[in-house]
Amino acid sequence: MRTPTATVLSARGVTKVYGGTHVLREVDFDVAAGRVTALFGENGAGKSTLMRILSGIEHPTTGHVELDGEPVRFASPRDATDQGVAIVHQGLSLCPNLSIQDNLFLAREICGGPWVIDRSSQRATAAAVLHSLEEYLDPDLPVGDLTPGEQQIVEIARALLQEARVLIMDEPTSALTAPEVKVLFRVVKELASNGVAIVYVSSHLEEALEIADDVVVLRDGRPVATADAGNVGVRWIVERMTGPGRGDPPPRSAPVAGEELLALRGLVVADPANPGRLAVDDLSLTVREGEIVGIYGLTGSGRTELLEALAGRIPSQSGRVLLSGVPLEGVGIRDRVGLGMVLVPGDRRRDGLVQTMSVGENLSLAGLGAFVRRLFVRRDRERDAVRRMIADITPGTGGAGDTSGMSGMSDMSDAGGTGGAGGVGDTSGIGGTSDTSGAEAPVTSLSGGDQQKVVIGRALLTAPRVLLLDEPSCGVDVGARADIFELIAARAERGLAVLFTTSDPEEALRVPDRLLVLARGVLVGEFRRGTTTREELLRVADGTAADLDTATDLDTGLGTGMDADLGTDTGFHIGLDRRAGRDGEG
Amino acid sequence: MTPRETPPAPASPGHSPPEGAATEARRLSLVNGLFELRAPIALVAMVVVFYLLSDSFLSMPNLVMTAKHIAINAVIALGVLLVVVRGGIDLSVGSIAGLSGVVAGELLEGLELGFADAVAYPPVWGVIVLCVAVGMLVGLVNGVVITRFKVPPFIATFGMLYVARGIALLISDGSTYPNLDGNPGLGNTGFEVLGHGRPLGLPMAVWIAALLAVAVTLVLTKTPFGRWLYAAGGNERAAELSGVPIDRVRTTVYVISGACAALAGLVIASELTSATPLAGEAYELNAISAVILGGAALGGGLGTVRGTLLGACVIGLLSEGLVLVGLSAFWQILVKGAVLVLVVVLDRGRQRFQRRGATVSAMAAGRRPG
Repeated sequence: MRTPTATVLSARGVTKVYGGTHVLREVDFDVAAGRVTALFGENGAGKSTLMRILSGIEHPTTGHVELDGEPVRFASPRDATDQGVAIVHQGLSLCPNLSIQDNLFLAREICGGPWVIDRSSQRATAAAVLHSLEEYLDPDLPVGDLTPGEQQIVEIARALLQEARVLIMDEPTSALTAPEVKVLFRVVKELASNGVAIVYVSSHLEEALEIADDVVVLRDGRPVATADAGNVGVRWIVERMTGPGRGDPPPRSAPVAGEELLALRGLVVADPANPGRLAVDDLSLTVREGEIVGIYGLTGSGRTELLEALAGRIPSQSGRVLLSGVPLEGVGIRDRVGLGMVLVPGDRRRDGLVQTMSVGENLSLAGLGAFVRRLFVRRDRERDAVRRMIADITPGTGGAGDTSGMSGMSDMSDAGGTGGAGGVGDTSGIGGTSDTSGAEAPVTSLSGGDQQKVVIGRALLTAPRVLLLDEPSCGVDVGARADIFELIAARAERGLAVLFTTSDPEEALRVPDRLLVLARGVLVGEFRRGTTTREELLRVADGTAADLDTATDLDTGLGTGMDADLGTDTGFHIGLDRRAGRDGEG
Repeated sequence: MTPRETPPAPASPGHSPPEGAATEARRLSLVNGLFELRAPIALVAMVVVFYLLSDSFLSMPNLVMTAKHIAINAVIALGVLLVVVRGGIDLSVGSIAGLSGVVAGELLEGLELGFADAVAYPPVWGVIVLCVAVGMLVGLVNGVVITRFKVPPFIATFGMLYVARGIALLISDGSTYPNLDGNPGLGNTGFEVLGHGRPLGLPMAVWIAALLAVAVTLVLTKTPFGRWLYAAGGNERAAELSGVPIDRVRTTVYVISGACAALAGLVIASELTSATPLAGEAYELNAISAVILGGAALGGGLGTVRGTLLGACVIGLLSEGLVLVGLSAFWQILVKGAVLVLVVVLDRGRQRFQRRGATVSAMAAGRRPG
């Protein structure tokens, strides 16, 4: 970059192809010692893939990685760490059944004798590194009992213990509160001043700019801009991330003030992974016919548990859910679908798709009842419905009978002027040369965006009145994301009530008619479209806004999102949670 | 910020959970304590019931025989425990035990060395080492098939269940080795010690199981290898990214499991004073039952030696006791299966119960009075 001599780790002409889709194209990327290099890009731009290649988890299809100017091929992630390249993973990659110290020293145990783990010195080192992150957890607590934010800190602590020369942080703050982020930034700055090269990947643009020295923007698998962080702002980055003509709100007429379809009254949901914690605490909201309501929240804010409880997948502890005034207590998933409320799950690989079935079979799965005559599935009806739905979820097609139209998606992406999004077309998408081959293609042959469309299409085939979507744009490329929200908007015009979650502030500001902000299971803000700014949204979500009416309630702030700015209170709150958890286990 | 390892014991005023929650918590912890002690309680109950129903249950010969059978199952189960903690399953252990006995019979009768036109009579310790090595080799094949060729453990070891049994039948030509006493002139006597020796009054099998239990406990709790087992079983991907050699760990547990099964096979043969190729049939089910009864999760990442030993005791007492009480062998089979499922059902119930308890406390803590 600016000082080539200081470059420690770099990618040279790295291209990565997954099953026909180009995720990275000819990427050159440098990381300099003592500097924080921030990498920006939209979902699907290839950030994570690049980080996985740099840290030895994956290998480039072509091109190579250089360490200190020498080409290097990391045999394994372990090999990369041994050579000084460590990574803090996006999402959580800890063993929930092991204690904090066991996780911190996993595969790097401190041994007293030749065979025996020296637990007391491990414990001391673990406590020291946690203290440096201002986290005062007992190193012998099982990781499964921690909050997502605490787990994230354990991951960061583990990377610190590896004393790497290059530290890659992939979305390290996605589950952290504002005070925790401050601590992390202090540690990152200290590391950088000690000569550690840091790669910082984040979708939190402002936050990342605060700490970055160098900025690199990735779009559709290519680096499109490089700059000194001091010279650029959020706006500059967003423009480069989205490309020309992208990022505009889809035109949408004022929502029809329909009748109230979904109403929640004081809903309480326990965290399924850690029953001593409440994932959703005393939450009330309503969604009207034809309204698109967004929920903005970080990982661990309770957004997923909220939707899963609404869909009937996990039980709620108290409170009521009313669908058109009908209480849903004791109603199972299947009957909720029958009543017109269906969930598009967040993890589509795990919860959304049956990997062994075709596109068509996946589409018709939930609505299969409609095609059954006596005992058997009427294949002709099924095919008809599937064909209509494929046409519906792939814009640019002429309609059900249009045989060439299925590749319309790639046409659209090309029209958008982004070669990378054309990769959707490369995989042949839902389309093929004919619509039947599209329906019969294995669902795994589709790109992330097209798979998501299949999951949404399946939900729509159940003729829902309320559609719940958990992070519908996660891992979806730019073009498909626009398609998805256009599809949802079109359905809303026809009266569908939509409740979706997002962790992307841009999307949160742009898409929904009404935006709710969720932090630690509590609603901390509500905005109509166009009535707030990015800054305000992030501040509210971090729980640092002092001007909200909930914040006047400070002495009773336990369990609300508002205790984040009171360090001691936060500690106490979490301490209580933990104690409750232990009580339960006896 | 207060160090969190010592959360304020009574929550400070104003945040204290309501009175009802405290009683509720006490009640929950009492029920939980009973749940924790379920295996010892069940054991004591079984002993009492069988004692009341049968005169000979507490007689010395019966106790010795029961202890032997429990020990044999425990030896196999300890190997299977390692496999299960790693997140696998080993269905081939019964067949490995049978194969090991047959190999012992063959070696004690004399191994014909075709190339030298001679017959080798290895001493008993050599027989034991060779048989355990055979078990390890079979385990190694299991491990390699699973890690290299990505065959699911269930299928790989299910196949090996047949293959190992087939080899045992081929070696023995389907017949039993009736004489394992060896010949004083050849210096290969003493095999009967494994099944009938009683150092310090306890059957040899019990000593073997006890030593093995101590060794496995140390491995699981004190060594990095043990830590890697739990890690790879709990979250394989996280373990791999941390640098745990997950494939080597997996292969190693199958090798250990094979060795344990082979050792058990030797004890069985010695006890019967004959080696039959059909020995150890369905023993894998007893071993897996013991591991599951002991609280291990088939998904991996959970399980203890103590639990497995308790599980082996329950299975053993159940088999022996039902015979003494006069129930037919058919009833034994039914009862064993029912008990296995019942225990897991109870365990699920306990988990749900605990979760509810934890949530109740969290709700009480989260809501402030007034």
